[in-house]
Amino acid sequence: MSFDQMYREVILDHYKNPRGHGVIEDADAEADGQNPLCGDEVSIYVAFADDGETIDEVKFSGRGCAISQAATSMLMEMSKGRTATEVATMDKEELLEEIGIPLTPIRLKCAMLGLTTLKVALHKAKGTPLPEGLAGFDELELT
Amino acid sequence: MSHRYDEFVAVKADAKLNAHALRADFPIFEQEFHGKPLAFLDSAASSQKPRQMLEAMNHFYETSYANVHRGVYELAERATEALEHARERTRAFLNAPSVREVIFLRNATEALNLVAYAWGLWNLEPGDIVVVTELEHHSNFVPWQFIAGKRGAELRLLPLTEHGELDLSGLDALAAEGNIKIVATTLVSNSLGTINSLDRLVPWAHEQGAIFVCDGAQAAPHMKLDVQALGVDFLAVSGHKMCGPSGVGALWGKTELLQRMEPFLTGGHMISSVRADRTTWGELPHKFEAGTAPMAEAVGLGAAIDYLEAIGLDKIEAHEHELAAYALDRLAEVPGITLYGPPADRRAGIVSFNLDGIHPHDVAQILDLSGVAIRAGHHCCQPLMHKLGVAATNRASFYLYTVPEEIDQLVEGLYAVRKVFA
Repeated sequence: MSFDQMYREVILDHYKNPRGHGVIEDADAEADGQNPLCGDEVSIYVAFADDGETIDEVKFSGRGCAISQAATSMLMEMSKGRTATEVATMDKEELLEEIGIPLTPIRLKCAMLGLTTLKVALHKAKGTPLPEGLAGFDELELT
Repeated sequence: MSHRYDEFVAVKADAKLNAHALRADFPIFEQEFHGKPLAFLDSAASSQKPRQMLEAMNHFYETSYANVHRGVYELAERATEALEHARERTRAFLNAPSVREVIFLRNATEALNLVAYAWGLWNLEPGDIVVVTELEHHSNFVPWQFIAGKRGAELRLLPLTEHGELDLSGLDALAAEGNIKIVATTLVSNSLGTINSLDRLVPWAHEQGAIFVCDGAQAAPHMKLDVQALGVDFLAVSGHKMCGPSGVGALWGKTELLQRMEPFLTGGHMISSVRADRTTWGELPHKFEAGTAPMAEAVGLGAAIDYLEAIGLDKIEAHEHELAAYALDRLAEVPGITLYGPPADRRAGIVSFNLDGIHPHDVAQILDLSGVAIRAGHHCCQPLMHKLGVAATNRASFYLYTVPEEIDQLVEGLYAVRKVFA
């Protein structure tokens, strides 16, 4: 594998110019996620449309490696306009396809941080199903 | 006899160790990664293994293996002899007064937990103070935090100077705060490479009536340790960091303390007699070695000590200082780099750094594609990372087999990283 395959232009673009970067004050749903292995952090904020189900706006803040931040940026674009249930049941493969690079198990955790955090935010607000892996979350906080 | 004389002269004439030649002892360097020779710059996490050590373990398994201490047949005696020989080698390596004070455990973490549980839990009172430092590996931090919390004792952290060295200016104020029972520090920082001087800290701890617990895991591979000269009460080492196998470490402790302590783990081998209503403990060191010992691993540790001593710890230390100085010099050329820690002469072969705006995981990933293995993360030192104001750092660490070309490979790799993120 070469540098270019690993750090595709689109990854670097999302990393340098993250989409949906920021904070939603009085968000309808929010959660903080950490990847304790490398210190990636993201906070995700969701505002629902009037139907209380469709994601009208979604933003994130945080810091971390290019993979974690770019994947979360991509997720912002992918989840806007979908319903909470749709996102809660979104297959991780969908995001991985978007990222489009081979990931080692450790880097997979970086890539999944945003999606896991978003699903936790939706779970807390809407009771949607929790994601499979819960790295970085205290399960007691979620019950 | 003349042959011997020649050997003696050869050693004397070659005062420096020859890392290029020593690499032949390490089979790991025979392979390539991503089509490039391996620049292994992660020895602080765990060292590579010399053939001599691997062969000693193999030999033990093939010729002397049986469970130790219990059998009366010759094979069991041979196994026991091999284990006890390794104990004696470890005693000599640490210059411990007695072989009974050397306890074989899984690693330094287990050794430090042993002291935390078997001494701390029984001797700490509510309000007592346990002193650690901001530099500690989690293995010499979390056990103390946990046991202090369990006993209602307070945990205090000695701060660091801006160079990442211990700031001892607050010792008097700390002494006035209350009853200090335990002082625990590392000898060499696994993250910054800082070599701590214990000259002032150990007598100070003893003046407070405290015990001094030393984490020697990062120091033992790199410098001659002498528990009597250090004056500490306990010292922990891990085999895997010093050319030994994983799964074995040692705790050294003073006899008078170990004798007064209750056991940490109980079960087989650590007993004197077991009745339905009462068990009495075995003698040192067995009281602290419940269960079947890591026998082959201890034999490997003994062989690793032989290997290190044949090279000479003083030469290893000098080699690492030289590499650290070279690395600090070369790395300083890289634009946007921040280097952490003290000057080369006051650190072991460990260099932590960050590249401006590039997360260490991305740095390490791209370096891997250049055949360079470094560590990226918090290095089990989250309190230190908080102090430095970073989530993680990159860490390159060196050992006796590290050659300057690997540091060149690292620096070239960092330029490639910068190009990707330009």
